[in-house]
Amino acid sequence: MDINTLRIVGTVSSFIVFVGILIWVWKNRDTKDFEDAANLPFDED
Amino acid sequence: MTIGGISMNLTNTPSATYNDSVIRQFSIMAVIWGVVGMLVGVVIAAQLVWPELNLGLPWTSFGRLRPLHTNAVIFAFGGCTLFATSYYVVQRTCQTRLFGGKLASFTFWGWQAVIVAAAVSLPLGYTTGKEYAELEWPIDILITIVWVCYAIVFFGTIGTRKVKHIYVANWFYGAFIIAVALLHVVNSAEVPASFMKSYSAYAGVQDAMVQWWYGHNAVGFFLTAGFLGIMYYFVPKQAERPVYSYSLSIVHFWALIFTYMWAGPHHLHYTALPDWTQSLGMVFSLILLAPSWGGMINGIMTLSGAWHKLRTDPILRFLIVSLSFYGMSTFEGPMMAIKTVNSLSHYTDWTVGHVHSGALGWVGLISMGSLYYMVPKLFGQKQMHSMKAIEVHFWMATIGIVMYISALWISGVMEGLMWRSINADGTLTYTFVESVKAKHPYYILRLCGGLLYLSGMVIMLWNVLKTATSGKPATAHIPAVAAHA
Repeated sequence: MDINTLRIVGTVSSFIVFVGILIWVWKNRDTKDFEDAANLPFDED
Repeated sequence: MTIGGISMNLTNTPSATYNDSVIRQFSIMAVIWGVVGMLVGVVIAAQLVWPELNLGLPWTSFGRLRPLHTNAVIFAFGGCTLFATSYYVVQRTCQTRLFGGKLASFTFWGWQAVIVAAAVSLPLGYTTGKEYAELEWPIDILITIVWVCYAIVFFGTIGTRKVKHIYVANWFYGAFIIAVALLHVVNSAEVPASFMKSYSAYAGVQDAMVQWWYGHNAVGFFLTAGFLGIMYYFVPKQAERPVYSYSLSIVHFWALIFTYMWAGPHHLHYTALPDWTQSLGMVFSLILLAPSWGGMINGIMTLSGAWHKLRTDPILRFLIVSLSFYGMSTFEGPMMAIKTVNSLSHYTDWTVGHVHSGALGWVGLISMGSLYYMVPKLFGQKQMHSMKAIEVHFWMATIGIVMYISALWISGVMEGLMWRSINADGTLTYTFVESVKAKHPYYILRLCGGLLYLSGMVIMLWNVLKTATSGKPATAHIPAVAAHA
């Protein structure tokens, strides 16, 4: 296999993963998980 | 409780404490190295005004002191701040003691050894010639060892956390640690010729590209991702409200990670680097504006509903003004990466001004703000010895930065225009030395700005030492039952 094919696969799959992250974040934007995580700095004391 | 098949022990014994002594050491040394590094910066700024100040000695010449300045402020001042804040944040947001026992202490002494080795070897003239990676191969090996231990301590702490989530600040610190390890090992690949002399493993334009892949990502991960970790913890804490949008923080993180690695070629516009690589670097530098501004907005908007705090809280002002400088320099950076703009700005003082708007404004101010937050807590005090002195420091630093960057904007654009100015017959309008002469008044203004910034740092050192000596090392207890069960 040509090394460039591997590079293309790497770049394209990175982009797909990034779009996947965007969708995942959008779907979870109002969940308690995100709220809990955001409040972590305030749970120490 | 079980996460991903791994059962977690979510309770701490009432006697469990955070390991803050290593944080105290790194915090104090951050301030001391800050004064030292900025002092060397002021000395070389003065040398540019009065070249005789190099004293005619090789050890004090500009070429040797300049890398000493950059290494001291980036890796000693910035590095100690990152170690201190990351250890502080990771313990408190994971509600567990630092992993690895004495290993954390080793990272402190190891990192100080690296700094001292740099401070000795650079003035002696030992250098690889790679910008921000000047240190010779034995020191490179020591850096690698310390860094691996840092990673073990940091990720070990995350692995033994008592809460479910990994707070976003830790993602940024984690990316900083991994990326810097990768960059350092790849760019420092070299063939030792003797003790303290080596040759790069790469040749020609490949060597240049590897160097600026490293160089720009040192900015992206050492001076940005790490300090964004500081922002995501200390801005909410000081403003006493959670970050504006947690979703945005996740998008911010991944956008930054996927984009930064590509921006390096903008350091090599109009060189032997293939044209398509230059254009690719330019395009990714432009895209970088989006995550940068997303992060800045997330930080600043954390204050929504609490803007009045800026009037009374000088520490919050350090943190928020640093974000406005971050916004400014991350707008300027992509603009300067455009090839046509770069044809004017490259090799001029504009670049130096741009770097300092990011370094003094963003990295410097947010470091100072986070240290002012941590130091009283680490020494069992309610607040810093003198709040008035923080106020004075803030204004000296801010005015110093504005003087510094406006002086270099003017001198940089001016010299760029002088270099490209051509007579009707095609000859150059100005000789090189004429452009040097024209910069003289701006170099004096820049020296004044730098001196003001350094003076503020000296006030900070006094304030920190007063706070530390009037208090005593405090022991912070870990909450007995984790809040998120």
